[in-house]
Amino acid sequence: MNTHVPIAAVKQSVVVEAPIERAFKVFTEEFGSFKPPEHNLLAVPIAETVFERRVGGHIYDRGADGSECRWARVLAYEPPTRLLLSWDISPRWQIETDPARTSEWEVRFTAETPSRTRVEIEHRNLDRHGQGWEGERDGVAGDQGWPLYLKRFAGLFAKPY
Amino acid sequence: MANSSAQLTALGDPTRRQIFELVAEKPRSVAEITREMTVSQSAVSQHLKVLRESRLVRAEPRGASNVYQIDPEGLGQMRAWLDRFWNRTLAAYKLAVEQPQQDKPQEEKG
Repeated sequence: MNTHVPIAAVKQSVVVEAPIERAFKVFTEEFGSFKPPEHNLLAVPIAETVFERRVGGHIYDRGADGSECRWARVLAYEPPTRLLLSWDISPRWQIETDPARTSEWEVRFTAETPSRTRVEIEHRNLDRHGQGWEGERDGVAGDQGWPLYLKRFAGLFAKPY
Repeated sequence: MANSSAQLTALGDPTRRQIFELVAEKPRSVAEITREMTVSQSAVSQHLKVLRESRLVRAEPRGASNVYQIDPEGLGQMRAWLDRFWNRTLAAYKLAVEQPQQDKPQEEKG
Protein backbone atom coordinates (compact mmCIF):
# COMPACT_ATOMS: atom_id res chain seq x y z
CA MET A 1 0.00 0.00 0.00
CA ASN A 2 0.90 3.66 -0.11
CA THR A 3 2.91 5.31 2.59
CA HIS A 4 0.43 6.30 5.24
CA VAL A 5 0.21 9.99 6.10
CA PRO A 6 -2.08 10.84 9.01
CA ILE A 7 -5.15 12.94 8.43
CA ALA A 8 -4.67 16.50 9.68
CA ALA A 9 -5.27 17.09 13.39
CA VAL A 10 -8.19 19.22 14.51
CA LYS A 11 -6.95 22.42 16.16
CA GLN A 12 -9.11 24.96 17.93
CA SER A 13 -8.25 27.74 20.31
CA VAL A 14 -9.95 30.44 22.33
CA VAL A 15 -8.76 33.35 24.47
CA VAL A 16 -10.63 33.82 27.71
CA GLU A 17 -10.65 36.74 30.13
CA ALA A 18 -9.59 34.77 33.19
CA PRO A 19 -6.36 33.93 35.04
CA ILE A 20 -4.77 30.64 34.02
CA GLU A 21 -5.65 28.91 37.30
CA ARG A 22 -9.32 29.72 36.91
CA ALA A 23 -9.27 28.76 33.20
CA PHE A 24 -7.90 25.33 34.09
CA LYS A 25 -10.24 24.88 37.05
CA VAL A 26 -13.39 25.70 35.09
CA PHE A 27 -12.35 23.48 32.19
CA THR A 28 -11.84 20.43 34.38
CA GLU A 29 -14.34 20.93 37.19
CA GLU A 30 -17.21 22.23 35.06
CA PHE A 31 -16.60 20.29 31.84
CA GLY A 32 -20.09 18.83 31.96
CA SER A 33 -21.68 22.27 31.99
CA PHE A 34 -20.34 23.33 28.60
CA LYS A 35 -19.90 20.03 26.74
CA PRO A 36 -22.48 19.99 23.92
CA PRO A 37 -25.41 17.82 25.08
CA GLU A 38 -25.53 16.11 21.68
CA HIS A 39 -22.34 14.33 22.65
CA ASN A 40 -24.12 11.35 24.22
CA LEU A 41 -23.64 7.63 23.61
CA LEU A 42 -26.17 6.66 26.22
CA ALA A 43 -29.73 5.69 25.37
CA VAL A 44 -31.07 8.22 27.86
CA PRO A 45 -30.39 11.91 28.63
CA ILE A 46 -27.21 12.68 30.59
CA ALA A 47 -27.74 13.48 34.26
CA GLU A 48 -24.14 14.51 34.82
CA THR A 49 -20.70 14.39 33.23
CA VAL A 50 -17.84 13.58 35.58
CA PHE A 51 -14.21 14.56 34.92
CA GLU A 52 -11.95 12.52 37.23
CA ARG A 53 -9.07 14.91 37.78
CA ARG A 54 -6.10 12.56 37.92
CA VAL A 55 -3.98 10.47 35.56
CA GLY A 56 -5.74 7.15 35.10
CA GLY A 57 -9.15 8.73 35.67
CA HIS A 58 -11.92 9.01 33.10
CA ILE A 59 -14.45 11.41 31.77
CA TYR A 60 -17.78 9.67 31.95
CA ASP A 61 -21.41 10.52 31.39
CA ARG A 62 -23.99 9.22 33.81
CA GLY A 63 -27.45 8.78 32.39
CA ALA A 64 -30.74 9.64 34.05
CA ASP A 65 -31.26 5.89 34.64
CA GLY A 66 -27.84 5.40 36.29
CA SER A 67 -26.10 3.95 33.24
CA GLU A 68 -22.54 5.12 32.58
CA CYS A 69 -20.40 5.78 29.54
CA ARG A 70 -16.64 6.19 29.97
CA TRP A 71 -15.49 7.83 26.75
CA ALA A 72 -12.12 9.40 27.65
CA ARG A 73 -9.09 8.40 29.73
CA VAL A 74 -6.95 11.01 31.47
CA LEU A 75 -3.41 10.45 30.16
CA ALA A 76 -1.78 13.60 31.59
CA TYR A 77 -3.03 16.00 34.25
CA GLU A 78 -0.72 18.99 34.75
CA PRO A 79 -2.52 21.95 36.34
CA PRO A 80 -2.69 24.69 35.29
CA THR A 81 -1.01 24.23 31.91
CA ARG A 82 -1.82 20.93 30.22
CA LEU A 83 -4.25 18.03 29.85
CA LEU A 84 -3.99 14.97 27.63
CA LEU A 85 -6.95 12.67 27.14
CA SER A 86 -7.92 9.79 24.91
CA TRP A 87 -11.00 9.78 22.67
CA ASP A 88 -12.47 6.31 23.00
CA ILE A 89 -15.29 6.73 20.54
CA SER A 90 -15.17 4.85 17.25
CA PRO A 91 -16.39 6.10 13.87
CA ARG A 92 -19.42 3.89 14.52
CA TRP A 93 -20.21 6.12 17.48
CA GLN A 94 -19.53 3.35 19.98
CA ILE A 95 -17.04 2.98 22.81
CA GLU A 96 -13.70 1.76 21.45
CA THR A 97 -12.09 -0.69 23.86
CA ASP A 98 -8.81 -1.10 21.94
CA PRO A 99 -6.51 1.80 22.95
CA ALA A 100 -4.55 1.34 19.71
CA ARG A 101 -7.65 2.45 17.85
CA THR A 102 -8.32 5.61 19.81
CA SER A 103 -7.23 9.18 19.12
CA GLU A 104 -6.13 11.74 21.69
CA TRP A 105 -6.82 15.37 22.52
CA GLU A 106 -4.46 17.74 24.26
CA VAL A 107 -5.51 20.94 25.99
CA ARG A 108 -2.87 23.61 26.59
CA PHE A 109 -3.37 26.68 28.79
CA THR A 110 -1.07 29.67 28.27
CA ALA A 111 -1.18 32.88 30.30
CA GLU A 112 -1.18 35.84 27.90
CA THR A 113 -1.51 38.30 30.78
CA PRO A 114 -2.25 37.74 34.49
CA SER A 115 -5.96 37.96 33.66
CA ARG A 116 -6.09 36.48 30.15
CA THR A 117 -5.50 32.87 29.06
CA ARG A 118 -5.20 31.18 25.69
CA VAL A 119 -6.70 27.69 25.59
CA GLU A 120 -5.72 25.45 22.69
CA ILE A 121 -7.12 22.03 21.82
CA GLU A 122 -5.42 19.66 19.44
CA HIS A 123 -7.26 16.45 18.60
CA ARG A 124 -4.78 14.21 16.80
CA ASN A 125 -4.07 10.67 15.61
CA LEU A 126 -7.48 10.55 13.98
CA ASP A 127 -6.15 8.04 11.49
CA ARG A 128 -6.01 5.45 14.27
CA HIS A 129 -9.78 5.31 14.11
CA GLY A 130 -9.42 4.59 10.43
CA GLN A 131 -8.06 1.10 10.88
CA GLY A 132 -10.79 -1.20 9.71
CA TRP A 133 -12.67 1.80 8.36
CA GLU A 134 -13.41 -0.02 5.10
CA GLY A 135 -15.25 -2.77 6.95
CA GLU A 136 -17.14 -0.30 9.08
CA ARG A 137 -18.24 1.79 6.19
CA ASP A 138 -21.67 0.25 5.83
CA GLY A 139 -22.51 0.95 9.44
CA VAL A 140 -21.26 4.49 9.25
CA ALA A 141 -22.82 5.47 5.97
CA GLY A 142 -26.31 4.58 7.14
CA ASP A 143 -28.58 6.75 9.22
CA GLN A 144 -26.50 6.22 12.34
CA GLY A 145 -23.07 7.46 13.31
CA TRP A 146 -21.40 10.54 11.96
CA PRO A 147 -24.00 11.43 9.33
CA LEU A 148 -26.65 11.57 12.04
CA TYR A 149 -24.51 13.71 14.29
CA LEU A 150 -23.38 15.92 11.45
CA LYS A 151 -27.02 16.52 10.71
CA ARG A 152 -27.76 17.43 14.31
CA PHE A 153 -24.79 19.74 14.39
CA ALA A 154 -25.81 21.37 11.14
CA GLY A 155 -29.06 22.26 12.89
CA LEU A 156 -27.24 23.69 15.86
CA PHE A 157 -25.01 25.82 13.72
CA ALA A 158 -27.75 27.14 11.50
CA LYS A 159 -27.66 30.88 11.73
CA PRO A 160 -30.65 32.39 13.56
CA TYR A 161 -31.50 34.68 10.64
CA MET B 1 -10.15 4.85 -1.22
CA ALA B 2 -9.35 8.34 -0.06
CA ASN B 3 -5.71 9.32 -0.10
CA SER B 4 -4.78 10.65 3.35
CA SER B 5 -1.77 12.50 2.03
CA ALA B 6 -3.91 14.42 -0.42
CA GLN B 7 -6.43 15.21 2.32
CA LEU B 8 -3.70 16.58 4.52
CA THR B 9 -2.47 18.84 1.75
CA ALA B 10 -5.99 19.87 0.84
CA LEU B 11 -6.73 21.13 4.35
CA GLY B 12 -3.38 22.89 4.73
CA ASP B 13 -4.61 25.93 2.82
CA PRO B 14 -6.62 28.30 5.07
CA THR B 15 -9.06 29.32 2.31
CA ARG B 16 -9.67 25.71 1.36
CA ARG B 17 -10.14 24.79 4.97
CA GLN B 18 -12.74 27.52 5.30
CA ILE B 19 -14.57 26.19 2.25
CA PHE B 20 -14.42 22.67 3.68
CA GLU B 21 -15.97 23.89 6.92
CA LEU B 22 -18.75 25.69 5.05
CA VAL B 23 -19.55 22.51 3.16
CA ALA B 24 -19.35 20.50 6.39
CA GLU B 25 -21.94 22.80 7.92
CA LYS B 26 -24.44 22.03 5.17
CA PRO B 27 -24.45 21.18 1.45
CA ARG B 28 -23.90 24.33 -0.62
CA SER B 29 -23.52 25.39 -4.24
CA VAL B 30 -20.45 27.24 -5.53
CA ALA B 31 -22.42 30.50 -5.55
CA GLU B 32 -23.53 29.97 -1.95
CA ILE B 33 -19.98 29.27 -0.86
CA THR B 34 -18.63 32.31 -2.72
CA ARG B 35 -21.09 34.58 -0.90
CA GLU B 36 -19.44 33.60 2.40
CA MET B 37 -15.90 34.15 1.11
CA THR B 38 -13.72 37.08 0.12
CA VAL B 39 -12.24 35.30 -2.92
CA SER B 40 -13.72 35.01 -6.40
CA GLN B 41 -16.05 32.26 -7.57
CA SER B 42 -13.42 30.85 -9.90
CA ALA B 43 -10.99 30.62 -6.98
CA VAL B 44 -13.65 28.82 -4.96
CA SER B 45 -14.17 26.41 -7.83
CA GLN B 46 -10.45 25.67 -7.95
CA HIS B 47 -10.40 24.91 -4.24
CA LEU B 48 -13.46 22.70 -4.55
CA LYS B 49 -11.72 20.76 -7.29
CA VAL B 50 -8.84 19.98 -4.93
CA LEU B 51 -11.21 19.02 -2.11
CA ARG B 52 -13.12 16.77 -4.49
CA GLU B 53 -9.99 15.08 -5.77
CA SER B 54 -8.86 14.37 -2.21
CA ARG B 55 -12.24 12.81 -1.42
CA LEU B 56 -13.11 15.28 1.30
CA VAL B 57 -16.15 16.63 -0.49
CA ARG B 58 -18.24 15.40 -3.36
CA ALA B 59 -20.42 17.14 -5.90
CA GLU B 60 -23.98 16.29 -6.80
CA PRO B 61 -25.64 17.90 -9.80
CA ARG B 62 -28.65 20.07 -8.98
CA GLY B 63 -30.13 21.83 -11.96
CA ALA B 64 -27.45 23.77 -13.81
CA SER B 65 -24.95 23.70 -10.96
CA ASN B 66 -23.40 21.32 -8.44
CA VAL B 67 -24.14 21.07 -4.76
CA TYR B 68 -21.15 20.20 -2.61
CA GLN B 69 -21.30 18.06 0.50
CA ILE B 70 -18.93 16.14 2.75
CA ASP B 71 -17.90 12.83 1.24
CA PRO B 72 -19.76 10.31 3.43
CA GLU B 73 -17.15 7.63 2.83
CA GLY B 74 -14.10 9.54 4.01
CA LEU B 75 -12.63 10.06 7.47
CA GLY B 76 -13.12 13.71 6.59
CA GLN B 77 -16.59 13.39 7.96
CA MET B 78 -15.44 12.41 11.42
CA ARG B 79 -12.88 15.16 11.27
CA ALA B 80 -15.50 17.73 10.32
CA TRP B 81 -17.69 16.61 13.20
CA LEU B 82 -14.81 16.92 15.68
CA ASP B 83 -13.86 20.32 14.30
CA ARG B 84 -17.33 21.56 15.05
CA PHE B 85 -17.58 19.72 18.35
CA TRP B 86 -14.48 21.42 19.71
CA ASN B 87 -15.42 24.77 18.27
CA ARG B 88 -18.78 24.60 20.02
CA THR B 89 -17.27 23.26 23.24
CA LEU B 90 -14.72 26.10 23.45
CA ALA B 91 -17.37 28.73 22.71
CA ALA B 92 -19.50 27.42 25.56
CA TYR B 93 -16.43 27.12 27.77
CA LYS B 94 -15.55 30.77 27.17
CA LEU B 95 -19.01 31.79 28.37
CA ALA B 96 -18.67 29.60 31.46
CA VAL B 97 -15.22 30.81 32.43
CA GLU B 98 -16.03 34.50 31.92
CA GLN B 99 -19.18 34.42 34.02
CA PRO B 100 -18.95 36.75 37.00
CA GLN B 101 -17.55 34.71 39.83
CA GLN B 102 -20.06 34.10 42.58
CA ASP B 103 -21.24 31.29 44.79
CA LYS B 104 -23.65 28.70 43.48
CA PRO B 105 -27.22 30.02 43.12
CA GLN B 106 -28.62 27.59 45.70
CA GLU B 107 -26.50 29.25 48.35
CA GLU B 108 -28.08 32.64 47.78
CA LYS B 109 -31.32 31.65 49.45
CA GLY B 110 -32.13 32.96 52.88
